[in-house]
Amino acid sequence: MTTIRATAEPVLTGIPRETPPPPRRRRTHSSDQPRRSKLLTIIMIVTLLYFLLPLWWLVVASTKSNADLFTSFGLWFSGTNSLWANIQDVFTTQDGVYLLWLRNSLVYAITSAVGAAFLATMAGYAFAKYRFRGGNLVFSGILGAIMIPTTALTIPTYLLFANAGLTNTPWAVILPSLVSPFGVYLMRVYAADAVDDTLIEAARVDGAGELRIFFTVGLRLLVPGMVTVLLFALVSTWNNYFLPLIMLNSPDLYPLTVGLAQWQALAAGGSGSRALFSTIITGAFISIIPLVIAFLFLQRYWQSGLASGSVKG
Amino acid sequence: MTTADLRAPEKPTVLRRGPSRLRRRESAAAWVLITPFVVLFLLFLVVPIVYSGYLSLFREQLVGGNTFVGLENYTRALTDPSFLSGVARMALFLLIQVPVMLGLSLVFALLLDAGVLYLQKVVRLGIFIPYAVPSVIAALMWGYLYGPDFGPFAQLADKLGTSAPPFLSADWMLFSLMNIVSWEFIGYNMIILYAALRSVPRELFDAAAVDGAGTVRTAWSIKIPAIRPAILLTVIFSVIGSFQLFNEPSILRNLAPNVIGIDYTPNLYAYNLAFINRDSNYAAAIAFILGIVIMVVSYTVQLSAQRKERAAR
Repeated sequence: MTTIRATAEPVLTGIPRETPPPPRRRRTHSSDQPRRSKLLTIIMIVTLLYFLLPLWWLVVASTKSNADLFTSFGLWFSGTNSLWANIQDVFTTQDGVYLLWLRNSLVYAITSAVGAAFLATMAGYAFAKYRFRGGNLVFSGILGAIMIPTTALTIPTYLLFANAGLTNTPWAVILPSLVSPFGVYLMRVYAADAVDDTLIEAARVDGAGELRIFFTVGLRLLVPGMVTVLLFALVSTWNNYFLPLIMLNSPDLYPLTVGLAQWQALAAGGSGSRALFSTIITGAFISIIPLVIAFLFLQRYWQSGLASGSVKG
Repeated sequence: MTTADLRAPEKPTVLRRGPSRLRRRESAAAWVLITPFVVLFLLFLVVPIVYSGYLSLFREQLVGGNTFVGLENYTRALTDPSFLSGVARMALFLLIQVPVMLGLSLVFALLLDAGVLYLQKVVRLGIFIPYAVPSVIAALMWGYLYGPDFGPFAQLADKLGTSAPPFLSADWMLFSLMNIVSWEFIGYNMIILYAALRSVPRELFDAAAVDGAGTVRTAWSIKIPAIRPAILLTVIFSVIGSFQLFNEPSILRNLAPNVIGIDYTPNLYAYNLAFINRDSNYAAAIAFILGIVIMVVSYTVQLSAQRKERAAR
């Protein structure tokens, strides 16, 4: 299982984890000698199976040929390893369109996430550090928008884009993903603490302009919060299905989610396409690897980011 | 909003003219920083809302083009059994799935916070990892797991000489969907709640421990009330998510087209209206009503929580 291997590795090789050890941070309280329970641990490990077995199945199934899927037990390997053949199938089916989908997913997700994080950081910093006419009103509007169901907005956005001739272009997926009201809220909360007012004051005394202060002093201190927003924007764009499904017509522009869903529909629908099962499963397995790795390596950021977002609300 | 208390205390002004010039400079800088976000916010959030409101008041006719029909689309929606049954189905989904999911998330978060488990980190990551799997991929994977062809449930049942539950049948489908959504989001909500628990001052718990309160008592009467805002946040996000359900049913629809009709969820219905029936005016009205339903429900949740909190004081 990817998860367990990745978390166990540093222990095995003796490489220290990049995250600071938790005991020093907060575990200095009464549970220094926690009454750990073997029974509860066993119950939790069994519970863990619910979360990890489906992924285990995905890993196992991607090593099987289409015939083996039907003849061997799902949760264990069959005699022959077809992983390599499956991977080749994934990247050659329909002239290698999967590679295009992978590239599109990366381009859409990275562009949107970097853009969204940067916009949210600028706005969040301004709301936290400046008092200005209309500021409260605008911020209330943004805060209220967190509640707006984005999917309900997608169809009207499509109709607008269709009028502007923007549908079936990468912009149709990227532009709406740049707006993250929750990101602004998160960065505002974060900036209020992370950037000390006296630092801004000192920079002003030195004669720096406000924007220069933001780019030289503020931005550097805001990086951890920004990475959190970036990570969540990355996930939501990488996972997005409804928006690209509506906006895009040509398979060459699809992200992975839309492309794989199309293959799945094809396999479910037609008798001749049955051979696609192992290809789809392997394609699905490959598609989740980047995010799982991102989450494992950036633990510090998503955990602290979620904390600041939820606590002070 | 919370602007006032986040600002540094009013600085005593030494020079009267200085601060006002500073204020103007600050104000200009703030607007420069928020303008990029605000422009996109208006373009891709506010304008689509207004536009869909506008569209929903018209009807496309074969003869005469677009005609203003007032609230006709709305009265049509409110008497449309397809739309109403979809909303009712999502309300049922919400009433069962959200409490189960958040209840489990809360229990896991409390267990992790109490430090009663061995292998804490493995448990935490293992439960969270499904969040990194796109919902389309999760639905696709679970669809195969549920399936009668090579799903492990069917294989196991076959070995035992019985048959697996018909997960993809009309009676089971809603629960099968609930399971997929819970699998994806229990970990995410757990991390939000866990992060909130970690930031509660430890002295509070120590005092309780000194008073002889057990772990369960402390959890119930101190920890849970302390993280009420975070719990509320997860409830509201879950409410918004449930009503917008689209990805999972649209993927499972490929496997069970007779069970999941085009009107299974309101979003699926709106999508079909807009892209199959080409009735974008009516689809806009549906999207608009759905948005209003979601806002009303989430504000009701928020208000009732606030009232309860006030009553508890």
